[in-house]
Amino acid sequence: MSAIPAEAITAESKADTVGQYDDLVNAGYEHGFVTEIESDTLPPGLDEGVVRAISARKGEPEWMTEWRLAAYRKWLDMPTPTWAAVHYPPIDYQAISYFSAPKKKEGPKSLDEVDPILLETYQKLGIPIEEQKALAGIAVDAVFDSVSVATTFREKLHEAGVIFCSISEAVQEYPELVQKYLGTVVPPTDNFYTGLNSAVFTDGTFVYVPKNTRCPMELSTYFRINTANTGQFERTLIVADEGSYVSYLEGCTAPQRDENQLHAAVVELIALDDAEIKYSTVQNWYPGDEDGKGGIYNFVTKRGDCRGHRSKISWTQVETGSAITWKYPSCILRGDDSVGEFYSVAVTKGRQQADTGTKMIHLGKNTSSTIVSKGISAQHGQQAYRGLVRIAARAEGARNHTQCDSLLIGDKSSAHTFPYIEVKNSSAKMEHEATTSKISDDQLFYCRSRGLSEEDAVSMIVNGFCKEVFNELPMEFAVEAQKLLSISLEGAVG
Amino acid sequence: MLSVKGLKATVGDKEILRGLDLEVGPGEVHAIMGPNGSGKSTFAHVLSGREGYEVTAGSAKLDGTDLFELDPEERARLGLFLAFQYPVELPGVNNMYFLKAALNAIRKSRGEDELDAVSFMRLMKEKLKVLHLDDSLLKRPVNFGFSGGEKKRNEIFQMAMLEPKLAILDETDSGLDIDALRIVADGVNALRSPERSMIVVTHYQRLLDYIEPDYVHVLAKGQIIRSGGKELALELEEKGYGWIVDGEAA
Repeated sequence: MSAIPAEAITAESKADTVGQYDDLVNAGYEHGFVTEIESDTLPPGLDEGVVRAISARKGEPEWMTEWRLAAYRKWLDMPTPTWAAVHYPPIDYQAISYFSAPKKKEGPKSLDEVDPILLETYQKLGIPIEEQKALAGIAVDAVFDSVSVATTFREKLHEAGVIFCSISEAVQEYPELVQKYLGTVVPPTDNFYTGLNSAVFTDGTFVYVPKNTRCPMELSTYFRINTANTGQFERTLIVADEGSYVSYLEGCTAPQRDENQLHAAVVELIALDDAEIKYSTVQNWYPGDEDGKGGIYNFVTKRGDCRGHRSKISWTQVETGSAITWKYPSCILRGDDSVGEFYSVAVTKGRQQADTGTKMIHLGKNTSSTIVSKGISAQHGQQAYRGLVRIAARAEGARNHTQCDSLLIGDKSSAHTFPYIEVKNSSAKMEHEATTSKISDDQLFYCRSRGLSEEDAVSMIVNGFCKEVFNELPMEFAVEAQKLLSISLEGAVG
Repeated sequence: MLSVKGLKATVGDKEILRGLDLEVGPGEVHAIMGPNGSGKSTFAHVLSGREGYEVTAGSAKLDGTDLFELDPEERARLGLFLAFQYPVELPGVNNMYFLKAALNAIRKSRGEDELDAVSFMRLMKEKLKVLHLDDSLLKRPVNFGFSGGEKKRNEIFQMAMLEPKLAILDETDSGLDIDALRIVADGVNALRSPERSMIVVTHYQRLLDYIEPDYVHVLAKGQIIRSGGKELALELEEKGYGWIVDGEAA
């Protein structure tokens, strides 16, 4: 039995990382938590009545209401986590409205009213005009082509027997599946935000892939247009039955604005014997203005359970948005010979803060996990990689490879690495590599002496740094992610 | 082509170049030799625009354009190329992709059409043939994990692709064994043309056995103290630098 104590590796390019968050900490909720009392919106505040009201409005069966209430009661006694290396003012949970009917919100009337910087980014990403309107929150009557695309997709999925619908729909249509799996990977009591989410989640996605079925296409929320407004407490449940395969894409490379400042989503993945789930995320929520004001707080709990033997769950994420990211997509390797993977690129610039990483919990025999984390910090960006690899006593022959690289741009950004390793079985094979580097002046000069502009040089070097992760993304997503990264880092040098 | 007049440059408080004059005509190959610390590499870096040097006096004009008014990338687009003494590694950046981006940045700045993948591949194959190189380096990340010889060959290949007006080879012979040296020198010779000038910066005469210069200059203490034909290089090889440098100082 051996335990390696947690070791914190910290790399800071300058020691002035404490004072610089004063502004952020003092920033008010200028854009967040704006509650407009509409007929279909509950007033701010949270109590049992509100939880019941949400459940009632969604016409949920009693078991669902009770499940929510149980979560709510436990949540009342739970503390907010304070261990993450992020700083923000305390959140008043009684000031939030927990239900807003998915109606068209009062948004900008036309593109003329939208932040020109946002529009510029849309144009750089090559997003069609109608889509730009939708992203900027302008009411669009006919949602371009994807209506027909979505219909075609649904028929194809139906033929294969794949269930892909909103979680609300699933509660009504497939209650036995939801009851069997909901909360079994991320219990409501897991942490403060999962407790809150379990009590008040308004919508999200449900996927079930039947036995020995290979899902005929990449599933993406992008095409699930009828539930565009999933709100701030999103709930996703994906079940891959024995011998099945599914690839799921979440998010969008275009910067998304949202009037809700706090996002506390829960994602649960379950892979049974010989099943594989590939979950890819590109997250680009509004990061706030130059001072970090108005940006999204992304406090999300994502966990996959390799419940069956020889099952595999793979997380790939590209995180460029949000003011604060608190996120650790994890794998429980329960089945023998199961495999967990985590590939991550996280970018922080301006006043963005990210504390992200993964947990690989090895319970089954001959389980293996791979962690590749690439962190990029520019300007005052601050980020921490926090990872746990736990090998249980009965996990004979477990293997882990962790690679954790940080890239600093400029002299005010910082990167921290907190790898935790707990090994209780001496047959485990563990590898850990960590590097911190800066884009060197030599590299920049070399590129420039070949005719490339400084910005192109930075984007080329950064994309090279992230290559191992981009290689894991589905093709078209990878191309978009690369473009996104270049745009994110424009003007970040100097 | 290149006209350098009274160039003075400092690093920190230290003056490295102390009034350097050099005229390079079209198609000419000039060798700049000199003892360690004479300012050879500084001269190459100052011309290509590396940060960390301050030009305190003098001018450098390429076809009439003042280089010191331009950023490094603008100088490259104008037709200046520096083959590095220590080529820099760019992990994860594909060599072909890098070259295509560089070439297109240069073409674009000249109002030429950017090359598509097919035309780029065609051009690349052509240049590989001229230089007698195979394509094994192209699929790897730029200089990453390359041997010393591979790095230098890659520099010469980049030069072939970017077709500069003026190429500066900064101690291209350093760290090369005799076979690698010959391959690199053959490449350079293949790229000689009436429109392309070259400045070959070197410490040893050895490289000049393979790349025959039109002119040889001796740089010492930040100035060119002796110029001559290729026979000057042989004299230096025989007698060392002492006789000129000390003679000048006396």
